[in-house]
Amino acid sequence: MGLINPAAASEAGERTVVSEASPNFVTTTLDFLTNWARSNSLWPMPFGTACCAIEYMATAASRFDIARFGMERQSFSPRQADVFICAGRVPFKLAPVLRRIWDQMPQPKWCISMGACASTGNVFDNYTIVQGIDTLMPVDVYVPGCPPRPEGLIYGITLLQKKIRGESIVDEQLRQEQLVGPSGLFLPPERVDELSEPFGNSVHQTRSSS
Amino acid sequence: MTAPVSPSVAPLRAEFGAAVERHLISCGDTIIYVSRERSHDALAWLKDTPGQEFDYLTDVTAVDYRDPERPLEVVYQLRSLARRADLRVKVALDKRRPLEVRSVWDLWKGADWLEREVYDMFGVTFAGHPDLRRILMWDTYAEGFPLRKDFPLRGHFSRAEQTRQALAANPEAHYSLEELSIADAFAELPKDMQERLARGERGFLR
Ligand code: SF4
Repeated sequence: MGLINPAAASEAGERTVVSEASPNFVTTTLDFLTNWARSNSLWPMPFGTACCAIEYMATAASRFDIARFGMERQSFSPRQADVFICAGRVPFKLAPVLRRIWDQMPQPKWCISMGACASTGNVFDNYTIVQGIDTLMPVDVYVPGCPPRPEGLIYGITLLQKKIRGESIVDEQLRQEQLVGPSGLFLPPERVDELSEPFGNSVHQTRSSS
Repeated sequence: MTAPVSPSVAPLRAEFGAAVERHLISCGDTIIYVSRERSHDALAWLKDTPGQEFDYLTDVTAVDYRDPERPLEVVYQLRSLARRADLRVKVALDKRRPLEVRSVWDLWKGADWLEREVYDMFGVTFAGHPDLRRILMWDTYAEGFPLRKDFPLRGHFSRAEQTRQALAANPEAHYSLEELSIADAFAELPKDMQERLARGERGFLR
């Protein structure tokens, strides 16, 4: 991951220059340097709530080994974490816990929604499951699958790294907290309803039998 | 092949007469329907009478049928550990009247959480239960009783309202660590367990 590795240099564009006088000097942009550091040392906060967590464990273990992407430190404390990874379905009862953990994470932070349940509620279009954690908190990467294979999650992680490399430290909006507002939600209620709309086969379920 | 009727049916009928409404055999298991008024007496009799000794309450649950005329059934699954015998006892509750039946917590302490779950999901109240609160849904859940057949699959409220109420809940207000702590139950534990806990095998207790 050296700065003078050609791939990394080309990512930073023309702006990263290795001094001709001495290889000990490199000039680059602060954005590139910050994003390079951030994206290669993400500390995940795994929040495994169901079967997807098993695949997450496989991803973290030696065969797939997300330590290769700088994620060797699983942070089980939200205060020392960068990436929130929700692996599994979230019941409404757990929603305040999920939200509080997200609020406890300091900026910069990102969120990966792993699996169909965390992303959409999956087949559990019922009274007890949150229809996608994007109704509770902002999500950066959705990983599809039920469950996603470790390769899928790794692809999601590399996508997140790519996204981080495109960020800019002067863009304050990126680091703004999206708190739960006076409406009791972090999105407008219509938006939550829209995100929770049934789709696919689930449209044919009876909304009410009474 | 017809399975034999449980030998508990005849003595139970002899003891309780018309309070034993009917019995039937389903998939080899005997099911006895007893009246709501005498259910506690019948279950106590089944537990304490020599020769019956149904000392273990496997489960308490309920069934709501789609047919609105058909009563809701509370189901007790009993087991005699010594005799290796099972028995299913049902109490039919008329849905037009308040759904209430006497708690069997005084007979089997294990009924505590089982009856709470039936209350939570079906809204059946158990008279005499020491702590009848919701157990799966949170305490402030306001949409009703989810396993009733007249409960819409997605709940009564809009998704936004459900999310709002969920986020407003404070989990710590209703579920404390003390509630789950066995320190409170220390005096009631068997002697050998008390000794092990006092030695600190499972962490420091007292
Ligand atoms: S997406 Fe599939 S594997 Fe993942 S939590 Fe949901 S049901 Fe389980």
